[in-house]
Amino acid sequence: MECLLDRYAGAMADLGDNLVYGICEAIDGEKDPQCLLLVFHIVESLAQLSPGPLANFAEDLFEILGCYFPIHFTHPKGEDDDVKREELARALMLAFASTPLFEPFSIPLLLEKLSSSLPSAKVESFKYLSYCTAKYGPERMAKHAEALWASLKDTTYLSPQSMLSMEPESMSRMNFQESDVMTEAFVLLQEVIRQYGEFISLIIGDNDINAFLISLNQYKGFDDIPLQVKQKLHAVGHILSACAKASAAMCNKVFESFFPFLMDGLGLSVAQPSQNNSYLDEECFSLAKFKFGPLYLCIELIAACKSLTLSLYNCTSIHDFPHQRWCSLLSSFSESLVKAFVSMLRSNVADNEQSAYVYCGVKGLQILATFPGSFTPVSKSVNDNIFLELVSIITSDSNKTFEWTSALKALVEIGFSIDKCLDSEKAASFESTVVEKIVSLISSLDSAIPLSLRLQAAFEIGATRKDFMLRVVRGLDESIDTNFSAVFDHGNHKSDELTIKLLDTYSQKVLPWFLEIGGSEEVQLNFALRIWDKIENFRALNLSPPEFTSISYQDLLGATMTAMKKAVASCSEESQEIIINKASGVLFSSTVFGSMGFKSGSSILKEEGLQQTQNYGNSSGRDEWLTSLFASVVVALRPQTGISNRKMILQLFITSLLNGHVPSAHALGSLVNKLPLETKGIKSSRSLSLNEALDMIFHSFVGTCRDDSTSGNDGSGVNINSLRLNTSRIQLEFNTVIGLAWIGKGLLMRGHEKVKDITMTLLSFLTLDCEAGVSKQFQNLAEVLDEEGVHQLMKCAGDAFHIIMSDSGECLNRMYHATVRPLYKQRFFSTIMPILLSLVVKSESSFVRSMLYRAFAHVVSDTPLTAILGEAKKLFPILLECLSTLSKDVSDKGIIYSVLLVISGILLDKNGQEAAVENASSIVNQLIELTAYPHMMAVRETAIQCLVAVSELPHARVYPLRTKVLRTISKALDDPKRIVRQEAVRCRQAWASIASRSIHF
Amino acid sequence: MVSGLINANPVVYEKKERRSRSTPTHVDEYAVELIDQLEIFDHIRDIKDPEHPYSLEELKVISEDAIEVDDKRSYVRVTFTPTVEHCSMATVIGLCLRVKLMRSLPPRYKVDIRVAPGTHATEAAVNKQLNDKERVAAALENPNLVDMVDECLAPSYG
Repeated sequence: MECLLDRYAGAMADLGDNLVYGICEAIDGEKDPQCLLLVFHIVESLAQLSPGPLANFAEDLFEILGCYFPIHFTHPKGEDDDVKREELARALMLAFASTPLFEPFSIPLLLEKLSSSLPSAKVESFKYLSYCTAKYGPERMAKHAEALWASLKDTTYLSPQSMLSMEPESMSRMNFQESDVMTEAFVLLQEVIRQYGEFISLIIGDNDINAFLISLNQYKGFDDIPLQVKQKLHAVGHILSACAKASAAMCNKVFESFFPFLMDGLGLSVAQPSQNNSYLDEECFSLAKFKFGPLYLCIELIAACKSLTLSLYNCTSIHDFPHQRWCSLLSSFSESLVKAFVSMLRSNVADNEQSAYVYCGVKGLQILATFPGSFTPVSKSVNDNIFLELVSIITSDSNKTFEWTSALKALVEIGFSIDKCLDSEKAASFESTVVEKIVSLISSLDSAIPLSLRLQAAFEIGATRKDFMLRVVRGLDESIDTNFSAVFDHGNHKSDELTIKLLDTYSQKVLPWFLEIGGSEEVQLNFALRIWDKIENFRALNLSPPEFTSISYQDLLGATMTAMKKAVASCSEESQEIIINKASGVLFSSTVFGSMGFKSGSSILKEEGLQQTQNYGNSSGRDEWLTSLFASVVVALRPQTGISNRKMILQLFITSLLNGHVPSAHALGSLVNKLPLETKGIKSSRSLSLNEALDMIFHSFVGTCRDDSTSGNDGSGVNINSLRLNTSRIQLEFNTVIGLAWIGKGLLMRGHEKVKDITMTLLSFLTLDCEAGVSKQFQNLAEVLDEEGVHQLMKCAGDAFHIIMSDSGECLNRMYHATVRPLYKQRFFSTIMPILLSLVVKSESSFVRSMLYRAFAHVVSDTPLTAILGEAKKLFPILLECLSTLSKDVSDKGIIYSVLLVISGILLDKNGQEAAVENASSIVNQLIELTAYPHMMAVRETAIQCLVAVSELPHARVYPLRTKVLRTISKALDDPKRIVRQEAVRCRQAWASIASRSIHF
Repeated sequence: MVSGLINANPVVYEKKERRSRSTPTHVDEYAVELIDQLEIFDHIRDIKDPEHPYSLEELKVISEDAIEVDDKRSYVRVTFTPTVEHCSMATVIGLCLRVKLMRSLPPRYKVDIRVAPGTHATEAAVNKQLNDKERVAAALENPNLVDMVDECLAPSYG
């Protein structure tokens, strides 16, 4: 039927009366939502096609349709899930509005429904009315205008349903949460006014509103106004602004009738130009004179004007704007208005009480200042004054939080609007007054405002426009410079903190912002180069920073490194090359590294290493700075960036790594991750392929680690024997292990096969003990090292697996352009697992086994769960063993927790449960032990949660364990921690209810 | 059983906002958190009334203030207020409270359940019945009663 109507319009029209009659019959009494949806659609298309026949039947048809309004499902939900109420309501709305012929019937019905008590019916009616008004056209609606206004007034003004919103930021206490009904009513109001201009005379002539306006004058302060009146005020404000927004002509009318009156209420008169200079004289405006009511309405009106101007501004450029009545009215009053607003802000009364006034004042200023360009009712000098006033709030006074934030917000808004309107004149004044002032704030040392607030202000203002931001950045740079100098030259500790904050702003706000808007990368490049310049100067002056061990100093280094990394990471390859060249220039011209850089070979490194391990503690902080910063540059490089002097860089990092410098390890990992596999073209000493680099790394590790053994280096990369031989300096070994871990991570992420070698080396460290027992090298070991050292080394090797598997924020992530092969964790997991398992089986000493478990735990807890689930059956016994071994040492609680999380993940998965069934009793036993784990609450909590999960396993399996679990849980009910007790109650219930009868006591 | 409802149209009060405990940023792993009023209340607030689909909290049968707890002496006393004076459900409510607390508190606790003074016609009798170990045990032997109690307790295991 629907189809027919759509396609064969002509033919159907011929059917005429019969068709309509048939449809009427069909519709009558229909209840199925699906059918109704169709029916409504049919009516709609019918109305479009054949006005002829329909005319006779309109009343009948509508009578039938009208029954359905408002759409209301009587049936419980679930039956008609496929047809939504909204859909149906919408279809009906379209049907209602399909032809003007329905008008005589529909509007009265809708108006009648408006007076119903059901809020949803009201909302619907308003929606329909606004839609219908748009469709029927003004002529038809004219008849109903009065009735419409009456009902609108009734809902919005006489019985406003808005609630005072409770949000804390609504300090102005005029933020009302409108109900749906109100919102829809205002939509309708706007629609009606747009369609039918005469409507406004109804509003203007309305006695109630006029009387209300007059009555407003009786209230003095904001707090005098009772809540109901506030609600009404809100409603009236809305009505007026809706009227004024509709069109320029409307705006004229509204202004003519209300604005002078409001001004009178405020006690303002048309300001004489001669009074301009007495502008700041606030004595003439005592606060008491401003009555809140007129003030509020006034602001609403101006805001409406502004949005009207904006909309007109967009469509027509030539407009006889200044000649409009409202415009001239507004501009004649503007100066006195501005004065009034300013004096409100100036009033020194307590923040809280005046917040409504402050809010109004700021908002008023903001609106006046955001009028687009040529239409602005305020003159340039007034505009400047507004800027000055707002800025002075920001610069003077951070104690009045509300005032401060709203002023800042207003400034930001103004900035955006200037940007949008391409208003060059205003932009210039904005820049000269606001931006300059704010920027100067950054560097001013003795300001009353805390630095973080100052920085926030600067950033937000800057964010409005790119060249503003550039200006802000310049300011930031300067103050970073001065603070750096202060730190280095004078050891000024206060500047430490300042610099850290400045750098944080850089790395957290400014750099991301530039990244977002794209475009030039000058800022980042300049920033990086600047810091290097700075460093170079200090080096030239041979100043060493004081007390480099102090905490704030370390923080400063960290902040600088982060900022550097971020800056470099967001640069393109070319700029990165510039930075790296600059950096390496600075680096290698430095005295310490200069001498070293030109000699090559591991022997030198060894000597250096020897020296530096001994006096590392005393070595100057400047070198650490240089290396750290250089490392952070390297970390953030893109893979394609060419690096010269690779060999030297590599050597540098290796040396400092062996001295225990962790950032170097990061840098090595990144280097290895990003180096190209094959070097193209001529092999010069400057370029280095990955394999060469690896060879170099391993050689030097071996070289530095080895004292006397010359055998065993077959050049294949890692020589395990020689590594193990070296026993003289345990500290070096630690550093080697950490370095290997990071390098391994880099290799693993790009999927290079050499990672296997590294893993094997690490494993050999792990199993040091047991193999040493049989091999003759053990004597060597025993000579130099006490047992404890070896154990610590093994532990370190175990933790190296954590480094390999976990995600790092420091380096080797996508932000720093690492090469990441998909699923690398899974791959590593599946290769390492069999090896680890066989080693566990082979190992004899319990300590070695515990170390293997440690490595295992790290690997497992960082592997994605899906990979583990496949192996769950095999892994369960080991996981449990792992838990029992690890729970002996207090310091391993973190690892235990992560392993436990893995177990709970398995238990919650369906496949995992199958695997768990076989091990149910051992799982339960282990978990029961962990419920009493004294060192970490989260472990106990998770263990109990796991027990709950176990109770879901097949009944036959878990039933025998029931009494045991219940006994344990009743102990857990007395746990010192509340969360654990709660979990215990839940667990107890779960286990108690698996038996048919409830617990007996 | 009585046919028809004892109190056909009870006053339903609004649930109180769940007071979330402020969690200090630095948690001492070994600090002991004592069992307090709110914890006990959290255990029993969601127990369903035997004859209405409302929780005891909504009906104001129990309130946080009506709970006395002394963790050191392992003692807790809950005083509840039946909705009407002649409410024959008072014993069932009391039984529910007792069972729930027995299941939720460590075994060292002694639980004392009382009807608020002056709110029930046979106050003394109910109190005696609820705190008599033998009679509670006997009641829990009765499968009908246990089912009823379990049904009331079901929502409180969130």
